[in-house]
Amino acid sequence: MIRFEKRKDASKLFTVFAPFMSVLFALATAAVIMLFAGINPIAAYAGMLNESLGSFYGISETLVKSTPLILTGLGVSIAFRMKIWNIGAEGQLYMGAMGASYVALNSGLTGFVGLAAMFVMAAVFGGIWAGISGFLKAKANVNEIIVTLLMNYIAIAWVSYLVYGPWKDPNGFNFPLTPRFSPDLVLSTFFNTRLHTGFIIALALVAVMYIFMEKTVWGYEIKVIGNNPKAAKYAGISIDRKIIGVMFISGALAGIAGFGEAAGVQGRLQEGISHGYGYTAIIVAWLAGRSAIGVFIVSVIMAVILVGGDSLQILMQLPVAFVNLFQGLILFFILASDFLIQNKPVMKRSGK
Amino acid sequence: MEALLKVESVVKTFPGVKALDGVCLNVYQGEIHTLLGENGAGKSTLMNVLNGLYSPDSGNLLINGQPYIFRSPKDSIKAGIGMVHQHFMLVYNHTVFENILLAVSDLPFWLDKKKLRIRIKEIVDRFGLSIDLDEPIRKLSIGQQQWVELIKLLIRDCKVLILDEPTAVLTPQESDRLFGFLKRFKEEGRSVIFISHKMREVMELSDRVTVLKKGTTVKELARGEFDENVLAGLMIGTDEIPVWEREKKQFTENVLTIEHLFADKEKNMSDLIDFSLELRKGEILGIAGVAGNGQKTLAEVLTGLKPPVSGKIFADGKDITNADSRKAYIAGIAHVPEDRKSMGIAPEMTVDENLILKSYKEKPFRKFIFQNFKAIKENAEKQIADFAIKAGPKGTPIRLLSGGNIQKVIIARELSMRPSVLVALYPTRGLDMGSAEYVHKVIMDARKDNMSTIVISEDLDELLKLSDRIAVMFRGRITGIVDPEHTSREEIGLLMSGETVQ
Repeated sequence: MIRFEKRKDASKLFTVFAPFMSVLFALATAAVIMLFAGINPIAAYAGMLNESLGSFYGISETLVKSTPLILTGLGVSIAFRMKIWNIGAEGQLYMGAMGASYVALNSGLTGFVGLAAMFVMAAVFGGIWAGISGFLKAKANVNEIIVTLLMNYIAIAWVSYLVYGPWKDPNGFNFPLTPRFSPDLVLSTFFNTRLHTGFIIALALVAVMYIFMEKTVWGYEIKVIGNNPKAAKYAGISIDRKIIGVMFISGALAGIAGFGEAAGVQGRLQEGISHGYGYTAIIVAWLAGRSAIGVFIVSVIMAVILVGGDSLQILMQLPVAFVNLFQGLILFFILASDFLIQNKPVMKRSGK
Repeated sequence: MEALLKVESVVKTFPGVKALDGVCLNVYQGEIHTLLGENGAGKSTLMNVLNGLYSPDSGNLLINGQPYIFRSPKDSIKAGIGMVHQHFMLVYNHTVFENILLAVSDLPFWLDKKKLRIRIKEIVDRFGLSIDLDEPIRKLSIGQQQWVELIKLLIRDCKVLILDEPTAVLTPQESDRLFGFLKRFKEEGRSVIFISHKMREVMELSDRVTVLKKGTTVKELARGEFDENVLAGLMIGTDEIPVWEREKKQFTENVLTIEHLFADKEKNMSDLIDFSLELRKGEILGIAGVAGNGQKTLAEVLTGLKPPVSGKIFADGKDITNADSRKAYIAGIAHVPEDRKSMGIAPEMTVDENLILKSYKEKPFRKFIFQNFKAIKENAEKQIADFAIKAGPKGTPIRLLSGGNIQKVIIARELSMRPSVLVALYPTRGLDMGSAEYVHKVIMDARKDNMSTIVISEDLDELLKLSDRIAVMFRGRITGIVDPEHTSREEIGLLMSGETVQ
């Protein structure tokens, strides 16, 4: 019989190598499936890497995809640090995109002021959206997992309503899109690629959040609350206010991701503006060990998988279901490795 | 004579810790066998092995010479081993009879309640337990609830009874009754494994003592071969026990005055009812009472964790009951909480971080919005040296420290704030003798500097030794304040069970 026991201290080497091993396992498993589909897995993998990292454009695409992952990942991480399970980054991202779009379409502000207003509005929308569940958690002890999850559907459906209804582009051939933002309200891009200023903002926020979480008094308070709320109360930390505050920050970061997608990538609000980034963020935060630097690294790796996976569709003519399967496998194995870093299997002699 | 229950070189390893490292135990028929050892010596692990909760990595378990393997507590019960846990496993709204029914394993489909009742009655009478079978558990005293647990085991015809610190929740009188029961129990040829930290009880009851240290058996001694000093020596090993003594002192000023305080009930703990008390400057005021009679509420109200419903608290003559003035003063009241692991520390964080838990916002540890890591580190180095804390390598999470060292961290932190009042709940519970005496010495040293301390404890010996006065609590009220030098344990015991003596 095999049992699992908690490892007291996993060796550093193992901790570093386990995720890489798990990616290898995932690649091997997917390779078997590809062989069944009559595809040369080596060629497919070469294509994937080539697509995501092999060219300047590929790298830029990878960084474009990593941007919302970094921002939502940071947001989820800070909440997770406090053991507040915000799984509503997806909805908060949509609310952020909605806030930014509202300014872009209705305010009449232009230029830098307009962009700044969009940025702030996105953060506020996302922040309030998450803050609601924080408020409910703090004041009435309503389970934040349920509230944040359900509010995702509300946010997504709300955006759908807007892009099908009042905000629909009259010249959009009935596609669920808003009109394009005026060019000065679109984030500038670099080197003729889709890489936009949002990536720089994300990098800056990695640094800000790192300092916030590791160096400030608030970061300390969040750590104490996450570790032992009773001790936090005993130490005189007002937990309720911290929960609402941290949820606001968490949602604001996701909202900024929405700003980046609307103002940077699409230049408009549209249905399905996020490809599940807010959900992937949960995995990002977990694998990153809730650290800001870790979120950056894991986000880039995840983006490689996302971009490379997309290329499989085009290069190998594989159906989108296969791409999803492939991404699922990788996540599955990475999570398994995370479990094995925390726990070790123990063979148990039976009858003794 | 062959042992009834024999544990042979049992090893049990948890990740990173060898909890039991070849432990041996021989329990003979008809004896009370005491298990002694500091916390972490492996007593509870061994009990859980006997209980069937843990299965050992290696080693044997023999009952009457037959090897046994317990896969679950069920197997252990079948083999005739029964345990009374520190926290009773009772259904509070059910009657005594119904609770005992739950323990009968071979209940037939059609219950013959009459027959069972007769069986239970027989046990109750045989041991002279005065208990009404139709009373709901919640109406019973703690002592009587313990009877129910014992009857549950007796109806299963338990041969070896394990008691884990059974007197921690009892008044001295209730303890005496329990001891009487245990003596009758062993006269029937049954055996008792008894765990206690209280030397007095160990000396009174034990036919045999096994001393554990670091997961191994240090020594097994039969009655006549041991006295308190021998046992203490075996238990603590090499650590030096700090010595201290209480100087005579005159107290004049009041530092804290509590008048007619009422506080709300929490769970099934007693609230405070018309509670009045005066704490004098520089004194150690002991609070005796069975756990759950309002001591915790008192500590929480004093330390600002819980607002009182009505009543007044004065500090140095100023009314500090209201939140605003209170906040400033509460900084001067330090608090050693009851449950050090679940309240006193953030277990995954480092010793350094835990040492500033209360003062992280204060001057040296904070620069604008940032933490001052240099000051935090210097503070930790100083406290670790001053209090002789074995903190392990830098960055060790505090949960890996021993209970005694965790308590030292908490006390170091609380005293470093230079409080005028310290409220200490069960400050030495579960600590080994060396650490406990160290804690006493620290409190006594602070008394010399005119700090006032409220010590809440269930260990009367501790209170008698430390306190200048002892107040006894029962159901949220004070039933009496006595002078430890002119009061017997029995008098305090009466007060603990609610009888008022003027």
